[in-house]
Amino acid sequence: MIDTACAIALFAVAAAMGLTLYRLAAGPDVLDRILALDTLVINAIALIVVVGLWYRTTMYFEAALLFAMVGFLTTVAFCKYLLRGNVIE
Amino acid sequence: MIHALAEAAIAALIVTGAFFLLVGSLGLAKLPDLMRRLHAPTKSTTLGIGSMLIASMLYFLTSEGDPSIHELLVTLFLFLTAPVTAQMIAKAYILRERASAHEILPDTGRPVGWATLDPGPADRIAEAERSEAEAEC
Repeated sequence: MIDTACAIALFAVAAAMGLTLYRLAAGPDVLDRILALDTLVINAIALIVVVGLWYRTTMYFEAALLFAMVGFLTTVAFCKYLLRGNVIE
Repeated sequence: MIHALAEAAIAALIVTGAFFLLVGSLGLAKLPDLMRRLHAPTKSTTLGIGSMLIASMLYFLTSEGDPSIHELLVTLFLFLTAPVTAQMIAKAYILRERASAHEILPDTGRPVGWATLDPGPADRIAEAERSEAEAEC
């Protein structure tokens, strides 16, 4: 049952990443692209979690944690750059 | 071997999480402007990833008997950072579109305007007190 749920989730998350990639490519403004990148990172974390459940291993969760941290920092750095023209003043 | 009920709960949580992630990304692709697009990933996607991480935590708790702390860390981190990123993006958007912000943004419906653009009454009082203190010096 969990395998079926994982298969459904993999397809759904892949579709979600496709939609996010569409917004990343088409986004009229740079902020749309930043938002799309942030969502893409969250979808990637979900994908890592589902793959971890699929292979029944906890090995991938460090990667998920790193993705969460790096995704947040990149988003904040991009926004800060757009607001102030500099990341660290 | 894990209990059938736990297995059903885990499967349901995984599918729910996947559904909300899909809804979030659909909203991001479909909604008309950035302020409306911001709603979909920040709320729906956070709910989806939270549900999925609970499923993972429940699975490793029931199958191996020891709760893994990593999912809890990821959940905590994502739930703390999602509002911060949303606020940063909204603020950057308002300040970038400052010239046309009053046409883009809806009316606040209150005597004070948008906090990022217009100073509130408390700011005006503080400013007046500061200039008074400077005049006395």
